[in-house]
Amino acid sequence: MKTVADFEPVLLANIGKPDSWTRRGYEAYGGYEAVRKVIGKLAPKDVAETVKSSGLRGRGGAGFPTGLKWTFLPPNHPGPIYFCLNADESEPGTFNNRVLMELDPHQVLEGMMISCYATNCKTAYYYMRCEYPLAYKRTLAAIQECYDAGYLGKNIFGTDYSLDIHLHRGAGAYICGEETGLIESLEGKRAWPRIKPPFPAVEGAFRKPTVVNNVETAACVKQIFDRGVEWFKSIGVPPDPNNPRDAGSYGPKLYCLSGHINKPGCYEAPLGITVTELIDRYGGGIWKGRKAKACIPGGISMGILKADEFHCPLDFNGPGKFGCLGLGTAAVVVMDETVQMVDYLMNSARFFSHESCGQCTPCREGTSWATRLLTRIKAGKGRLKDLDLLAEIGDTIGIMPGTTICGLADGAAWPLKNTLKKYRGELEEYIKKTNPDGWAETKPVPALKLLSIH
Amino acid sequence: MAERILTDKMIEEIRAFIPRYPSKQAVTVPALHIVNEHLRCVPRQAVVEIAQILELHPSQVQDTLTFYGYFKQDAPGGKCRVWVCRSIACALRGADELLEHLEHKLHVKAGETTPDGRISLEYAECLGACEHAPCILANDDLHQSVSPEQAEQLVASVK
Repeated sequence: MKTVADFEPVLLANIGKPDSWTRRGYEAYGGYEAVRKVIGKLAPKDVAETVKSSGLRGRGGAGFPTGLKWTFLPPNHPGPIYFCLNADESEPGTFNNRVLMELDPHQVLEGMMISCYATNCKTAYYYMRCEYPLAYKRTLAAIQECYDAGYLGKNIFGTDYSLDIHLHRGAGAYICGEETGLIESLEGKRAWPRIKPPFPAVEGAFRKPTVVNNVETAACVKQIFDRGVEWFKSIGVPPDPNNPRDAGSYGPKLYCLSGHINKPGCYEAPLGITVTELIDRYGGGIWKGRKAKACIPGGISMGILKADEFHCPLDFNGPGKFGCLGLGTAAVVVMDETVQMVDYLMNSARFFSHESCGQCTPCREGTSWATRLLTRIKAGKGRLKDLDLLAEIGDTIGIMPGTTICGLADGAAWPLKNTLKKYRGELEEYIKKTNPDGWAETKPVPALKLLSIH
Repeated sequence: MAERILTDKMIEEIRAFIPRYPSKQAVTVPALHIVNEHLRCVPRQAVVEIAQILELHPSQVQDTLTFYGYFKQDAPGGKCRVWVCRSIACALRGADELLEHLEHKLHVKAGETTPDGRISLEYAECLGACEHAPCILANDDLHQSVSPEQAEQLVASVK
């Protein structure tokens, strides 16, 4: 296994080089060699088999094995089969896809071409959030360059395989990152996630079999065909022998470091690096010489790690051992000792109540209830029993699967549950300090103006 | 019959999207983007006309429009839409203060447009630029690690 010390970045290898976002620049650094080795040379099922044997797990947040996802497509389907690239990253703290799309869009397209070939897809949609104007501009230009060069369109690279990629812009909704929400949005509707089954692989976009993959996953697919399965498997963490459900965490990963850190940024490291290593090696330590208090290990929905848990390895199973939901998007947001947990909770609850699609009652009502409660606590009108109520909301709104259609409520519940467990004392103190006799006016704060803002 | 609001150019742009998808309804969001770009909002009459082009009921287009925070319907947005990110990474580095400062300077609340129609001040739930916190997206330009003073200069420079 490669350690962090001898690890050489590959996903970010071109970044910082001149013209890394143009086809000419990309090809000068060895671009489009992998796809030439694949299209017309290998059978699609062998391509899928290679990805499966690499152990690549989706980088979008859930960590589902990519090759396995592809095999869920109905065999010998007459088509069409659609491929959607999920470029709607909106999870607070996460920006790795933006870095790839802005500075190396061809790497993403190359991975996408290989993935489309492996899944027999001839029409692909690149669903990008609208908050990324530069990524949009560069990806649009990159797609055009590919059409001009004969890398997209009919008979690509002179083979009998044809592929069209269409760039589709979102319109500012977090839920479009959920795969069935994305599909509904692509179809021109409100992004209300669908009840599964049927899974998109069986019935997805336009009621046809559909694969939804993340941007970084596509870049990893490209790297696997450039460097081989052995290389990919030599990085990361093998499966835990004591956990039969652990599929291992292989390959390089982009980590987004932000918050109270000296050098925030997107860094590439092997899966399994610890939070401490990440902060010390890449992040340049905590800013202003302060002490760390906590961090979010993988996007706001994953829960929180205390400073004494920073030895947590950032692989797909690491954060779960420390009471978090999982690795998520590997976006590490560091908080220093000056942060009050009530502010963090308030921020996360407000985010989720704003972004809940409103389809399922527990999520719609639960997230806004939690926000109202936290607003009141923050305003110095909290009561100790509010914390029990918050814990109850956290325990009941997001029980997957069961009470809601998608995982947003679960994502909203984890910061609540987790923080109440790890920082209850601090929250109690805050309430006692700001509302000492418990007699402050407890009139509810006005209903939140969540939707009238835009 | 209300007067037509979509220009021939807009209709042409919308139609150009149709061959990309197996259903016309899929062009709804691209069509809303096109109209929003030209008119800085999507009035009800435009919704009716989009529905005609895409062979939908106007309520289907309206339903989609209201779901996405990006589109405005009742009044045009400002010439420059200034999005202040307030997600956790930005909040840790002073985003809330930044938004408050701009509200104070522009005399508008987040979500409103200045009376001269120059600037719409809005908040974003996450701009995905957390390494540059706190950040502001002004139309297509991302401004990084913005201090209240820089933000003030930024809004003053919008013509």
